[in-house]
Amino acid sequence: MITKNIIHGIFSDEVPLIEACKKLRSSGIRINEVYTPFPLHGIDPIIGVPRTRLAICAFIYGLTGLGLATLMMWYMMISDWNADIGGKPNWSYYFNIPAFIPISFEATVFCAAHGMALTYLLRCMLVPGARPKNPDPRTTDDKFMIYLELNEEQSKKADEILRSEGAEEVNYKGTLVIEAKY
Amino acid sequence: MHAESQIREPLILGNKTYRNITDDIIAPIEGKANRLWYILFTISALGFMWGIGCLSYTIGVGIGAWGSNNGVDWAWDITNFVWWIGIGHAGTLISAVLLLFRQKWRMAINRSAEAMTIFAVLCAAIFVTLHTGRPWLDYMLFPLPNQFGSIWPNFNSPLLWDVFAISTYATVSIVFWYIGLIPDFAMIRDRVVKPKMKKIYSLLSFGWGGSARHWSRFEEVSLVLAGLSTPLVFSVHSIVSMDFATSILPGWHTTIFPPYFVSGAVFSGFAMVLTLMLIVRKVYKLEAYITVKHVEYMNIVIIVTGSIVGVAYLTELFMAWYSGVEWEQYAFLNRATGPMAWAYWIMMTCNVISPQLFWFKKLRTSLAFTFVLSIVVNIGMWFERFVIIVPTLCRTYLPSTWNSYHPTFVDVGIFVGTIGMFFTLFLLYSRTFPVIAQAELKSILKASGEEQKKLAAEHGH
Repeated sequence: MITKNIIHGIFSDEVPLIEACKKLRSSGIRINEVYTPFPLHGIDPIIGVPRTRLAICAFIYGLTGLGLATLMMWYMMISDWNADIGGKPNWSYYFNIPAFIPISFEATVFCAAHGMALTYLLRCMLVPGARPKNPDPRTTDDKFMIYLELNEEQSKKADEILRSEGAEEVNYKGTLVIEAKY
Repeated sequence: MHAESQIREPLILGNKTYRNITDDIIAPIEGKANRLWYILFTISALGFMWGIGCLSYTIGVGIGAWGSNNGVDWAWDITNFVWWIGIGHAGTLISAVLLLFRQKWRMAINRSAEAMTIFAVLCAAIFVTLHTGRPWLDYMLFPLPNQFGSIWPNFNSPLLWDVFAISTYATVSIVFWYIGLIPDFAMIRDRVVKPKMKKIYSLLSFGWGGSARHWSRFEEVSLVLAGLSTPLVFSVHSIVSMDFATSILPGWHTTIFPPYFVSGAVFSGFAMVLTLMLIVRKVYKLEAYITVKHVEYMNIVIIVTGSIVGVAYLTELFMAWYSGVEWEQYAFLNRATGPMAWAYWIMMTCNVISPQLFWFKKLRTSLAFTFVLSIVVNIGMWFERFVIIVPTLCRTYLPSTWNSYHPTFVDVGIFVGTIGMFFTLFLLYSRTFPVIAQAELKSILKASGEEQKKLAAEHGH
């Protein structure tokens, strides 16, 4: 069983926060999360957030959309009911491809955009009625927060670093008891 | 954080802090509306209601209530449809194309421009659903399994491409807009004190917390959605133009239509953004964020797209003459000198001559002049669609079908109704939604704030 302190290091500016993150990491402290009112560019590698794979998802959804649209148009125009419209018969998909390009494109975009948006919302657990995920409500306004879960020894070190880097507040928000799994 | 060249003018005026930005954006939501807002809202809502009346009348008696006739079967309905869809294009252009080009000035206007896009597409949707004549059968536009011998819509037809393009455009625009709104709703949720408001905004904010992981995904999603929306916005108006260009009517059957329509759409959309933003910055006191520099940037886009439109008009005339096709030549002669020449010359004046006035710096940085011109441009762009549709259909190949056209009060009523609806929705939006993407704006404060730039200059870096 391990007991960990929950620490909120609050800054009023992003520059000292980034400096503090660098110091914490170089002294071997794991940064659980950083909450900011706006995206901080370049913080991901500092606190060890891997690059998101959402764009790869979008690509796969796009290909799915393209495939579905092709299948739909082939079935409806060529296979199920191949009408002869204006002397232009729909006997093969290949010969009619130019007319099918716009809808293939729209379906690709439709599936890529919506699939990616849904994946993003679910991956971040952003759903209507979800509880606010920021532990301190000021972080959507003008405060920047480093969120740490550390044992006693590390807590002391982190406290020192946070204060020396200009944290406005270092709040202890109780402890977290982690049971050994095996 | 990146330092920015001192040559660039600041995008946020005064000595603002992050807290100031929060306060300024939340002020219209927490505060009470002023008199001007109520006056504008009443006028728009009345217009909207009149529109609903005319719309119900049309559904009741059929589209015989309109001025459209046997020859001129597309008139105000499609004119208004194309006009509204075109207006919508600026929102996507600002939020998607300018994002890809890393233009920071988009951040003060993208939220409202996207809202405008969505409301404009809703207005356009009214005309497409009504113009079919029997709107209760509009589900037949979609490829649904059916019992009529399994008859499918014609996928070779631009009209069906349009169904797919507009549906994709509308839904993707809403999603793009909403994903950007989530962090700003969270800011409002954490700030408001009234319990009811807190509840509504916490429902709307989907539990956003602003952690680094979420921001990194947020930025990726914004970037990819921008990348998808950019070709989408070009495809939508290209397909709208193909509704005309793939026909065999002289005056419509031209390959210049797609680029010409797209630039016209951006041209009119930017004009509408200017009309709205000039009101918003005044009514909600956002002069520090929507600065004269922003207005100037938008006016420059208007010169560029307006000039492309002008070149397109002249190219059309040249090609009509150079092609040697007498029907084509007559179509353009009829537009410029026929019974509806007045519409053609209104279009020419408003769209070709008036934007060129923005070459003068004094004019493009004058807010009053910009406001007037933004309305002039939209009048011109409405007439552009009218000129393309109505005079062409009045004089087609067979002189025995030659005809004239007069709108009825119902045509006018529905159009006024959509304008009313547009402004009603926009006014409601501006009092309940964060009108500026504040999270994004905070990210450029250090680099582009006026006071911050001054400090950077003094410190010599």
